[in-house]
Amino acid sequence: MERDTLKSIIEALLFVSGKPIDLDKFKEVIGEERSKIRDALHEMMEEYQSSAKGIEIVEVAGGYQMRTKSDFSEYIKNFFQMKPARLSRPAMETLAIIAYRQPITRSEIEYIRGVDSGGILRALLERKLIRIVGKKDVPGRPLLYGTTREFLELFGLSNIKDLPTLKDLDEINGESEILIEEKEQVVPERNDNNDSRR
Amino acid sequence: MNSAPKIKLEIFEGPLDLLLHLIKKNEVDIRDIPVAVITKQYMEYLELMRFLNLEIAGEFLVMASTLLYLKSRMLLPEEREDDEEEIEDPRKELVERLLEYKKFKDLAELLEKRKLVNRDVFVRETAYNAIKDEMHVEVSLFDLLDAFRRIMERSKFSEIYEFVSEKINIKEVMLSIVQKLKNGKKQFDELFDSSYTKEHIIATFIAILELAKISLIRIYQFELFGPIYITLLVSAEICRKIISEIGDEIGEGYPEINN
Repeated sequence: MERDTLKSIIEALLFVSGKPIDLDKFKEVIGEERSKIRDALHEMMEEYQSSAKGIEIVEVAGGYQMRTKSDFSEYIKNFFQMKPARLSRPAMETLAIIAYRQPITRSEIEYIRGVDSGGILRALLERKLIRIVGKKDVPGRPLLYGTTREFLELFGLSNIKDLPTLKDLDEINGESEILIEEKEQVVPERNDNNDSRR
Repeated sequence: MNSAPKIKLEIFEGPLDLLLHLIKKNEVDIRDIPVAVITKQYMEYLELMRFLNLEIAGEFLVMASTLLYLKSRMLLPEEREDDEEEIEDPRKELVERLLEYKKFKDLAELLEKRKLVNRDVFVRETAYNAIKDEMHVEVSLFDLLDAFRRIMERSKFSEIYEFVSEKINIKEVMLSIVQKLKNGKKQFDELFDSSYTKEHIIATFIAILELAKISLIRIYQFELFGPIYITLLVSAEICRKIISEIGDEIGEGYPEINN
């Protein structure tokens, strides 16, 4: 199959599918090798990125998806007459704890937050941003929570290892506001001792 | 009047959040917390929340007793070093919890900065299913309480009229707030006329909280400790309709003030 034909087919598939498509699905539908499809996809990602297009192709939740470029969000919100969707701060906090510490029980979450979190957990479960992944092997067998595919999609992460680290926060803030000393094993690429207080 | 039903505001924010807020506000080192100062301010917040009849979660009270205990420990002279064991800073456990909690707050902020679906980027078909949140409060409850306290302090109440017990209907206050917000966002302070009585100021504050709770308004600020803005999330008409459907018990909850 010609490279250009392959790319056109991929483009058509990405266009009709709202959900991310993974390489296995592409292979099944197109009948080409995974590596060829992958190469074509990455070439397309660059093309979309570098040219004046309103859409880009991103790697998300283990697949590939077409998304509008963030520069145009205002126009889209105007078009749909929608208010910006937001997660409340407590919901974001709880989500962060679950994302970085999963699998985790409700009482462990509440210990970190210092406050009852049952309502938030229910809301996050309803929105499918978290799920029950099992039961902890301790007395009482409490439920364990973890993040979902929808979580990865919402935040544009290709997988859970893609989560930002505290080091990223440092870079954004310029100077460190975070005073972290312990070595955090759950945060991917653990940050070095960045105790750069003023 | 303790028989008044408590107003339950599900902000879900706890004592650790309040402590971080105070530490930041006082610009003190999280590892060297001036316990006496922070405890005093913490208690003032609880007092304010109690005054407003906000439901105070048990966790706040547990933390209050921890703080009082720490305060007394800090007053004691250092124990003699008889053993080889080092004397532990009594604040150590609390500091560790605060740091741990702060770390996740920072991480949450990082996640928030990503390009979120239906906020920054959009995908096919799902654009309609905007992820709606039950709460749009982006300003913490404590920031709001601060702003409320400033307004209370700013207002000069006429002592003469103090005894007049006004009966204020919260639903009506909610409607008048909607009216003020009809043409766009307003600063928090602008919702309080300078002619307002103490009762009216409190009622207005409670009405704002109620409006946030039922997601009719969004409370936000552009920078930390910056001015607080309030905007309608749906049209004024819809707001009025929703408010008219609220039961009348809502008006009963606010505290009466006895001088």
